[in-house]
Amino acid sequence: MKVLVAVKRVVDFNVKVRVKADGTGVETANVKMSMNPFDEIGVEEAVRLKEGGKATEVIAVSLGPTQCQETIRTALAMGADRGIHVKTDVELQPLAVAKLLKAVVDKEQPQLCILGKQAIDDDANQTGQMLSALLGWSQATFASKLVINGDGTANVTREVDGGLETIQVKLPLVMTTDLRLNEPRYASLPNIMKAKKKPIEQVTPEALGIDPAPRLKTLKVVEPPKRKAGVKVKSVAELVEKLRNEAKVI
Amino acid sequence: MTNLVLVEHDNSAVKSATLHAVAAAQKIGGEIHLLVAGQNCRAVADEAAKIAGVSKVLLADDAAYASRLAENTAKLIVGLAPSYSHVLAATTAMGKNVMPRAAALLDVQQISDISGVESADTFVRTIYAGNAVATVQSADKVKVITVRPTAFEAAAATGGSAAIENVAAAGETGLATFVGQELSKSERPELTSARIVISGGRGMQSGDNFHMLEKVADKLNAAVGASRAAVDAGFVPNDYQVGQTGKIVAPELYIAVGISGAIQHLAGMKDSKVIVAINKDEDAPIFQVADCGLVADLFQAVPELESRLAA
Ligand SMILES: Cc1cc2nc3c(=O)[nH]c(=O)nc-3n(C[C@H](O)[C@H](O)[C@H](O)COP(=O)(O)OP(=O)(O)OC[C@H]3O[C@@H](n4cnc5c(N)ncnc54)[C@H](O)[C@@H]3O)c2cc1C
Ligand SMILES: Cc1cc2nc3c(=O)[nH]c(=O)nc-3n(C[C@H](O)[C@H](O)[C@H](O)COP(=O)(O)OP(=O)(O)OC[C@H]3O[C@@H](n4cnc5c(N)ncnc54)[C@H](O)[C@@H]3O)c2cc1C
Repeated sequence: MKVLVAVKRVVDFNVKVRVKADGTGVETANVKMSMNPFDEIGVEEAVRLKEGGKATEVIAVSLGPTQCQETIRTALAMGADRGIHVKTDVELQPLAVAKLLKAVVDKEQPQLCILGKQAIDDDANQTGQMLSALLGWSQATFASKLVINGDGTANVTREVDGGLETIQVKLPLVMTTDLRLNEPRYASLPNIMKAKKKPIEQVTPEALGIDPAPRLKTLKVVEPPKRKAGVKVKSVAELVEKLRNEAKVI
Repeated sequence: MTNLVLVEHDNSAVKSATLHAVAAAQKIGGEIHLLVAGQNCRAVADEAAKIAGVSKVLLADDAAYASRLAENTAKLIVGLAPSYSHVLAATTAMGKNVMPRAAALLDVQQISDISGVESADTFVRTIYAGNAVATVQSADKVKVITVRPTAFEAAAATGGSAAIENVAAAGETGLATFVGQELSKSERPELTSARIVISGGRGMQSGDNFHMLEKVADKLNAAVGASRAAVDAGFVPNDYQVGQTGKIVAPELYIAVGISGAIQHLAGMKDSKVIVAINKDEDAPIFQVADCGLVADLFQAVPELESRLAA
């Protein structure tokens, strides 16, 4: 079974982003970029499937500008076998990403696609569900456990509002990762060196026959209202007094 | 203009998140219809029909919707959507699972987790863990939207008297089956709708120590939440997680205990009305958003808090 993992290049989760003064977006020049943390979990899961003899090949796909190749290299260093870079400088929205990924899937014919449940920049939480819909496959979002059964099905435990839910789905499957699925490994130095020799194929949206133009127009991006720090209290007694008599919330 | 709002329920009662999605639809304007998809869920439709401002409830009562699997539910929505200008659901696990699937089938770019309505085609949403607020405009024929419940005051649960209309099921895709669930049981209010939330972080050190927070919660009729670190460490189940990638809450009072205040955590609670932080590190970032901060060892402060709340 081939496994395809989507890996998105995002602003690192430790960076406190700044809104551009002209209100067109956030400052992404010269900020640290990393693989979306949920996609690291996706790569880890795919590599474990391969190590466990369930998967034969792991393909990492990233969509976006040239620098996405770095993100693909990270996936290769973690153990993916090869990469596909869909190169475009157009702002990609989830529907376009899903259409482009579908075109890649049509070519590669994997049995499992793993995506992150959300990208930590845009927080759209859509792409996996959309890809699954376009393919007409089953979907398992917010996964915290995956078991591939022998009979062409998989059991997936999902993190839902009230706790956990388990579903059985037919393969092929699109799955999105949640935080508790696994703990991603760090790539070792020898594996980083090896990854440099692994192939990355480059394609364009045109070659895939997809128009990636954004559907949503961003009119403006502003800073959220700032919360100002309040007071420090000296004792629990003072805290309770304030909440009771000043804030009147208890 | 007519809005269709997908009702969040458990086959027996309407979940409160629905009322917030209805409120967003009221801001958009036009008629409001609700869709109840479930099995043996007539009671839900009856309850939904009483929500203020709703003119019609569509009821799809079929085994295919018993647990609202995404494949079947999205298919149902896609069949109904052409009659509507907007299709909305609350940003819950169910809404997040089903709506993008429907959107893709309709060839629509969904607008996720809106926190404001500027007009019928322009919406406000936060990005980058709440560090930026974007205003976006959609030109799609049907607007598919998920709604951040904490950003909209709930519509009244009663006062309406909508007609209930049965709609035909759209069929079983056969792609997925429900196996089972493990839900956290609690007598306390639900995290996302509680008036008061008390959350614990890594500083709690163990799941057993969360009992200290539970005792406070019981006195305040509060819900108990947690940071990701506390969930990852196994102190509490996943559904306790508050934050960018967990639940978004905005109670009247949020008490953060042994939580440092990482941006991912703040993204889930900084719209709370009053924030209290108890942390032994006076430089913890949580104090930068706290209305009331107490620098103290939680193992002393929390039991004392509980005893002082005794009526
Ligand atoms: C103000 C603003 C500024 C923006 N600036 C930029 C910009 O500078 N550059 C830019 O490229 N886009 C930019 N975008 C677009 C934004 O990144 C897209 O909307 C995004 O590609 C899709 O949303 P998402 O990743 O949040 O989707 P989600 O559904 O949250 O993503 C889930 C998963 O989908 C997969 N995935 C999504 N996108 C990709 C991808 N490109 N490659 C591989 N896997 C992917 C990943 O597995 C990811 O974990 C901007 C958007 C806004 C609103
Ligand atoms: C992709 C991604 C998504 C994430 N999503 C979320 C999310 O949704 N929600 C979330 O919360 N986090 C999230 N995080 C994690 C986040 O970055 C932080 O790691 C996490 O919030 C830290 O949790 P904490 O504050 O409990 O732990 P720590 O940062 O370790 O803080 C513990 C605090 O407890 C205090 N303390 C210790 N002992 C005591 C004591 N005896 N008395 C008083 N105070 C004490 C310490 O001073 C410290 O400030 C995410 C991270 C990533 C990468």
